[in-house]
Amino acid sequence: MPTEAAELVFDEATKVYPGRDGAAVDHLSLTVSAGEICVLVGPSGGGKTTALKLVNRLIPLTSGDIRIDGTSILAHDLTELRRSIGYVIQQVGLFPHMTIEANIGTVPRLLGWQRQRIRERVGELLELVGLDPEEDRRRFPAELSGGQRQRVGLARALAVNPPLMLMDEPFGAIDPIVRARLQDEFLRLQHELRKTVVFVTHDIDEAIKVGDRIAILREGGRLVQYDTPQQILEQPADGFVAEFVGRDRALKALTLRTLGDLDLSGAVADGLPELPADTSLRDALALLVAERHDALVVLGSDGAPLGVATREDLLR
Amino acid sequence: MSGWRAADGGPVIPNFGHGTACLRNNHWFCPSWVREHWSDILQPALLQHIYLLLISVSIGFAISFALALVAFRFRWLGPTFGALGDFLYCLPSIALFTILLPITGITVTTIVIPLIAYTLFVIYPNILAGLRGVPPEVLESARGMGLTRRQTFWRVELPLAVPAIMAGLRVATVSTIAIATIAAFVIHYGLGAPIFDALEQPDFRTELVAGGALAILLALGADALLALLQRALTPWSRIR
Repeated sequence: MPTEAAELVFDEATKVYPGRDGAAVDHLSLTVSAGEICVLVGPSGGGKTTALKLVNRLIPLTSGDIRIDGTSILAHDLTELRRSIGYVIQQVGLFPHMTIEANIGTVPRLLGWQRQRIRERVGELLELVGLDPEEDRRRFPAELSGGQRQRVGLARALAVNPPLMLMDEPFGAIDPIVRARLQDEFLRLQHELRKTVVFVTHDIDEAIKVGDRIAILREGGRLVQYDTPQQILEQPADGFVAEFVGRDRALKALTLRTLGDLDLSGAVADGLPELPADTSLRDALALLVAERHDALVVLGSDGAPLGVATREDLLR
Repeated sequence: MSGWRAADGGPVIPNFGHGTACLRNNHWFCPSWVREHWSDILQPALLQHIYLLLISVSIGFAISFALALVAFRFRWLGPTFGALGDFLYCLPSIALFTILLPITGITVTTIVIPLIAYTLFVIYPNILAGLRGVPPEVLESARGMGLTRRQTFWRVELPLAVPAIMAGLRVATVSTIAIATIAAFVIHYGLGAPIFDALEQPDFRTELVAGGALAILLALGADALLALLQRALTPWSRIR
């Protein structure tokens, strides 16, 4: 599958709803590099969903511009623009009267793909999102669970391999356990596909987990900080951001790194707990606290010890 | 109703006085009469009734569909059409037949016009409600995927309205079958004809029961047929 992605630029993008005081999105300027996930996060009223919908012109811009690979969204034909952008929403919005295959094949059909090509593409996508390419394609949306439906929603958005994906709280309506799994699978997918993604959430933990960069918007659609998760947690731009990311931001920062990122000392002693190298520092710290140890042994992917990490190493 | 017959002093059942004991005693149901008069009375009446039904419901559906499209497109027209429909539906059918009589005469048209009017205002609101009942997230995803307004209508809104439309058709069909029997008040036509005849001579029970039973069977049959059609058209709506 070709790994193409587009650069997305918000240039002073502004939305003012007629008859309402103040802007919903206020002179938003930011650049999402090709192949990156940009998470828009903030309290309700922060204009994050509005900002997202400006991109595929579900909501028209009041002023400013948005460019995809240098071309203004206003220069595109509206229908073509929307067909070339993957769109995933919280309630999924699958067509209840169509099979999963027909749902996923919607845009390919509109673009006049051959029947056989659509069939093959649907199989490919179902496999990609972890559904059964033979069984599930014939089902109707009502026969699937919420998590499965969102997988189909994702597959449908990926159908014509769009260079840009817009995802509006895609996992917001899903229970926490399935949600975590979907997030992991989405990140695995993204690792393969390298799409440019704009991802809206109100959940800062999801933003930290999913985002390459996080844009924090506050009331009135003002961008307060646009940075990597690490920077946002370690150097919040102001009190609003610090409060929004939470008092436990130091702990949250530990989720961003794994044991494998540490410089390990060599001496492996007996009786220490052991953890694989891809464990997050937060989980490793939690284990040390729970088991009242000061150090642990880090294991490589083959199960052989790589070295020892101390509590001080984790917190450094 | 039987006054003028009683006055001429004839037999209780003038046409069939020579019949079986069942008929002479005017029992509720005499199969021999039904067998004897199936082809000259009952079958033609049944076919006429089906004809009335098909004409009224199909024309009514076509007009309803057009009206619903207009009301769906121009939202503000909805209440206007709705009020007009309620008004028409409130008119007693016999009154409506009588109003039309001087205009269209003793013809099938005089029956069919009110029948169409009634179906209209059962089917129309159902079509409209079906079209308007499409979940907002479905419409949003359609828009976001780049379906045009027309594609959204034909591929999403209309198919999703089918259960509501079929429900309207079923009610319209059954009520048309019932109301059409009253049409024999105007013109000797349909299953109402044997029923009115039976009432006039006086209360010939077998003919009354046979006409009524055929109307009921027709209603049940037509409804079952439409229910099957609905299942075939909307396999997705059975899964819950």
